[in-house]
Amino acid sequence: MPINFLCPEYEVVRDYDRCIACRVCERQCANNVHSLIKESGKMFADSSKCVVCHRCVSLCPTRALKIVKSDHSFRQNANWSAKAITEIYKQADSGGVLLSSMGNPEAYPNYFDRLLINASQVTNPSIDPLREPMETSVFLGKKPTELVRDENGRLQNNLAPQLHLNVPVMFSAMSYGSISYNAHESLARAAEALGIYYNTGEGGLHEDFYKYGRNTIVQVASGRFGVHKAFLESGAAIEIKMGQGAKPGIGGHLPGAKIVGDVSRTRMIPEGGDAISPAPHHDIYSIEDLRQLVYSLKEATEYKKPVIVKIAAVHNVSAIASGIARSGADIIAIDGFRGGTGAAPTRIRDNVGIPIELALASVDKRLRDEGIRDEVSLVCAGSIRSSADVVKAVALGADAVYIGTAALLALGCHLCRNCQSGKCNWGIATQDSQLTKRLNPDIGCKRLINLVSAWDHEIKEMMGGMGINSIEALRGNRLMLRGIGMTEKELEILGVRHAGE
Amino acid sequence: MGQINLPQDNALMRAELPREGEFRNPSGCAISGMISTSGKRFSGEDIIRSISVMHDRSNGLGGGFAAYGIYPEYKDFYALHIFFDDSAAKHECEAFLERHFDIINLSKIPTRKSPAITDEPLIWRYFVTPLPTKLASSQLDEREFVARCVFRVNTRIKGCYVFSSGKNMGVFKAVGFPEDVGRFYRLEEYEGYAFTAHGRYPTNTPGWWGGAHPFALLDYSVVHNGEISSYDANRRSIEMHGYKCTLQTDTEVIAYIIDYLNRRKGLSMKEICSVIAAPFWQTIAQMPPEERAEAEYLRNAFSSYLITGPFSIIVGFEGGLMALNDRLKLRSMVVAERDDMVYISSEEAAIRVISPELDRLWYPEGGQGVIITVNGGDEKCR
Repeated sequence: MPINFLCPEYEVVRDYDRCIACRVCERQCANNVHSLIKESGKMFADSSKCVVCHRCVSLCPTRALKIVKSDHSFRQNANWSAKAITEIYKQADSGGVLLSSMGNPEAYPNYFDRLLINASQVTNPSIDPLREPMETSVFLGKKPTELVRDENGRLQNNLAPQLHLNVPVMFSAMSYGSISYNAHESLARAAEALGIYYNTGEGGLHEDFYKYGRNTIVQVASGRFGVHKAFLESGAAIEIKMGQGAKPGIGGHLPGAKIVGDVSRTRMIPEGGDAISPAPHHDIYSIEDLRQLVYSLKEATEYKKPVIVKIAAVHNVSAIASGIARSGADIIAIDGFRGGTGAAPTRIRDNVGIPIELALASVDKRLRDEGIRDEVSLVCAGSIRSSADVVKAVALGADAVYIGTAALLALGCHLCRNCQSGKCNWGIATQDSQLTKRLNPDIGCKRLINLVSAWDHEIKEMMGGMGINSIEALRGNRLMLRGIGMTEKELEILGVRHAGE
Repeated sequence: MGQINLPQDNALMRAELPREGEFRNPSGCAISGMISTSGKRFSGEDIIRSISVMHDRSNGLGGGFAAYGIYPEYKDFYALHIFFDDSAAKHECEAFLERHFDIINLSKIPTRKSPAITDEPLIWRYFVTPLPTKLASSQLDEREFVARCVFRVNTRIKGCYVFSSGKNMGVFKAVGFPEDVGRFYRLEEYEGYAFTAHGRYPTNTPGWWGGAHPFALLDYSVVHNGEISSYDANRRSIEMHGYKCTLQTDTEVIAYIIDYLNRRKGLSMKEICSVIAAPFWQTIAQMPPEERAEAEYLRNAFSSYLITGPFSIIVGFEGGLMALNDRLKLRSMVVAERDDMVYISSEEAAIRVISPELDRLWYPEGGQGVIITVNGGDEKCR
């Protein structure tokens, strides 16, 4: 069946004047793209196997390699794109659901890119963060509605448990199993050094990492993998995962190939079997059930830890968030449709859910309209790509953000979007010991610290420009934003004015 | 004097300009305040003289005063000062007042015609007390009832604006230079134990009188110099609690925050200072444990009411004044004492003109509130 052969979308291009046939590329590629042709002594590349992870390009000592988009094409068709055609071939061939990884790559509108940030001129001064204190630390958690004083009139601390972040950025949930031990270690150590938090995802917590508990958010998801009393007690907060931006409405699937050794033990499931997280929590079929789980977890941990409820940004997200705020949750995390994943059905990833910017704006507004914004903190996720996105998210109403993809990029990920294969050449989304050792946690940790520190500097610069010297004065401060190239409706939902207004 | 000469009396031009409340109007300003700590009443003459020294800090587009202790004969009644666009608005408003209050006395607020003050609305004063039946059925405390009625008038009845609603105090404000506004309202004929004043330098023409300072709710009044960068964060938070920011001015949101924190949450003025001009975390870290715990608690619990950007404010309340600068002291403010008098001003000259000899003069640090009460009275948590 010649129809089975699809010309690869990308080509490996080798400069034979530079190539010394050292075979580094061959050894580095888990997808077996490169091989030595004995007869000619030359290297050969099978582009059809290439996932465009750039591992070979980065390690080639003579800079002989590059990956380019192929100019091979179908007859041009504005309706039937090459992607649509080739996906049909694949499904006609396999009869299966198409799988993908990482965030939605399609060209939907990006609202962060249509928001512009304000700066002071004349009527109030900008503030130089190199000369004046500039505060980016935040507390997450419920704020008290009633004040309590002792007999001497002194205010009593009646705050619900809080999370304290030095920077309003946390590492989002990525399970041990979906990513490697070294990746987890890098995240945990960086979170500790930065005074922020990382998140176990639904995979339990490796016993080596309990020592980072003060900077760990432990996740309870629909499969309950790795959940036990010590696990719940080990973290600073507990997150109930109701949904994920990359795949709203469905559960998770970690292939048996990744359930090996420590991963199996940490998840408390047998080796080699697939780990299937059900689509719903089977003890939560409604909002009142969620309340019971929130309070079960609080009971189990003696009301010492805030409970986060994470949901995917879907159409009625603001009503859902409002319900969650009344269900005992301390923090709501909202994950937009561009959020990453280790594996998701392509159709779901690319078509289900809504952008985080719109979801966040709408949730923040609804909670304020109902007068319950102080009942919860809001964390937003789903493709925060830079410090500017953080500033815009906070100005729209977020208390803090989660970063997943950006953190993985810092660790070396090149967004080839093949995590589901388990053959991550960068040692991140794999359990193959030959590959995982490529990620040095000392270096990984350092790079994560660098990234977040750099963003912190940039956030402070932008805040100073606006004349704001504390991040809480930026939260929900939508007058600091203007939209560009948006419709009235989009501006209305975001609650911002158009540039020039 | 190099002042901007805006065509204030050009009706055509004015028709095209939006009214304050429909847009943000950044302003620079002068503020001044004085209080007798013995509670001795004195004439409004001094506050007019004081603010007039800082003529160049305003541009003729707004001035005003708050005066405390001026209505001793009506001290148990709320004094509502109201602007009306026309008599139809007045009738509608009076009908509302009659449904909700017992009106003890009403009159035009006495004014003196002056070429410097034009386009005045109808300006009336009502001494009222809530109707007991209405108050009981509302299940609100008296002050909350009055505050809600003020919001109702200001947001629902077109052409009416209640700009003063406290007991034994009153706000007097207009578009014009502050000294002209003082003379217009014959402020020298009033006697009180405390006065504050404001001269405004807005970047845009306000279009009407409501946006002038002081801004007041119940007996709280605020005069403010600055432009706060936290405005929209503060506004969106305070509006959760039933306040409506109809003017889009910093002063309005600051007044509501103070009302909310003091009257509704029971924070003292000192505690309020450490919410709205909270100490930096690095400062808090160096405090003794008990003080640190309290500062941390206030900053965390009321983080939405931190005010950033430049400001100097004088808050008037029943029995006292509170003066506060932003955390970086990005606006000038000086405080001085002479005998039983305490003076606060943007400039020392505005104090010396009243009292050339002073016992003490100091520049409070950023975030260090100065709270002055009559007869050492406790600035109470109500």
